[in-house]
Amino acid sequence: MPLPTGDTIGILADNLKIRNSVLPISAGSATRWARGLGLPRGGETVIYTGLMYQLIPYITSMNKAQGMIEDTPLADFARVGRFVNRFVNISSLMAIPQSAMQERFDGILVNIARLLRQAGVEPGYMYEDDLYSGALVYDLGMDDVLEEHARKVYRNLKNYGVKNLITVDPHTTNMLRSVYPALIKGYDLNVKSYMEVLAERHAWALRSLEDEVVIHDSCVYARYENVVNEQRTLLTGAGVTVREPADAGRFTLCCGGPAESLYPKKAVAAAERRVEQLKAAGSKVVTMCPICLVNLQKAAHNQINIEDISVYLARAYCPE
Amino acid sequence: MALVNPNFAEEIGKPEAFNASACMNCGVCSAVCPMGIELLPRKLFRYVLLGLEDKVQKNSETIYSCLLCKMCEANCPAGVHIAENVRSLRYYLNKKVYNL
Repeated sequence: MPLPTGDTIGILADNLKIRNSVLPISAGSATRWARGLGLPRGGETVIYTGLMYQLIPYITSMNKAQGMIEDTPLADFARVGRFVNRFVNISSLMAIPQSAMQERFDGILVNIARLLRQAGVEPGYMYEDDLYSGALVYDLGMDDVLEEHARKVYRNLKNYGVKNLITVDPHTTNMLRSVYPALIKGYDLNVKSYMEVLAERHAWALRSLEDEVVIHDSCVYARYENVVNEQRTLLTGAGVTVREPADAGRFTLCCGGPAESLYPKKAVAAAERRVEQLKAAGSKVVTMCPICLVNLQKAAHNQINIEDISVYLARAYCPE
Repeated sequence: MALVNPNFAEEIGKPEAFNASACMNCGVCSAVCPMGIELLPRKLFRYVLLGLEDKVQKNSETIYSCLLCKMCEANCPAGVHIAENVRSLRYYLNKKVYNL
């Protein structure tokens, strides 16, 4: 038996409504990456994570559990699970993250904050008020729940006096830049991804990496937000030769990640198809979306090295 | 025999967003779909336009399997808002079938 569609979507939407995130995590886990960086609270310009990188270790653990029950009679328990989840946060019991994975994903956010500082941007951070954007619930067609959440996120940002958001992943960028303005009258926030900010500021590399990578574009950056050149400019500036796989840039092939919440097996099959294309182009791959990173890595079985683009950029643009 | 709901396309939602009628059934979307979903989106949109509500409801797995990656949309010669149309179908199923 596949995972019950309605109940799975219901759990995710209930979590967003009751706990502000599709998969609630503690404020400590969400903000741990920023410890020691001295980022001021709030401000006109903030780095906005939308929790995407922090959530991935939890989502991975949750998907493992989902994968184990998908196509088994246990899948039917999601019905009971939805009822119980309204009162007890059962998703937190199912999603126990690996600490090594948390460190890795926290490290990506540290890279991004360092890159921005190196480019002369001193962003603030909203710490526990840096809320999830609602991307997954929007994708699943829960528009009413999303609209209510979007208003909450916007009110929160206005209360902090934020004017400029620097986002770190494609999904949050798309939600805050293209989806929210259609839902909220008078929406007036300026949203840019950190790669756009770095490219605009003509960030200057401190060293040349003399390396070569295959680039995997995110569908959302490439086809929803038209962010295609910035990542190439930054990598080239870092002394990295960019190799293009079959289906690249605006015609990039999806990593399969968006199918993960309802059909984990289909998501892996799609990722395997993309991994074959990437493998044919080279052995080192960069991604710029946490969902792409984790989904491709799962399908690659260590046959290729996959890193977030910020890892390469920090090596080249930041002091050691 | 098929049961036809003549108001189905309107029920799917915001008519300005659901522009399935622009589809000229060329099949490029099916050819480039990374999930290999033959039904999506052109046949599905045709079911909506023809009012075949049952057919749409029976294909809910296909509708939720779509990655919304817009590969089809980037290649569509008719400029159909495929991803938004699929999201509209999810909104409809969430309300009508799953009571969400």
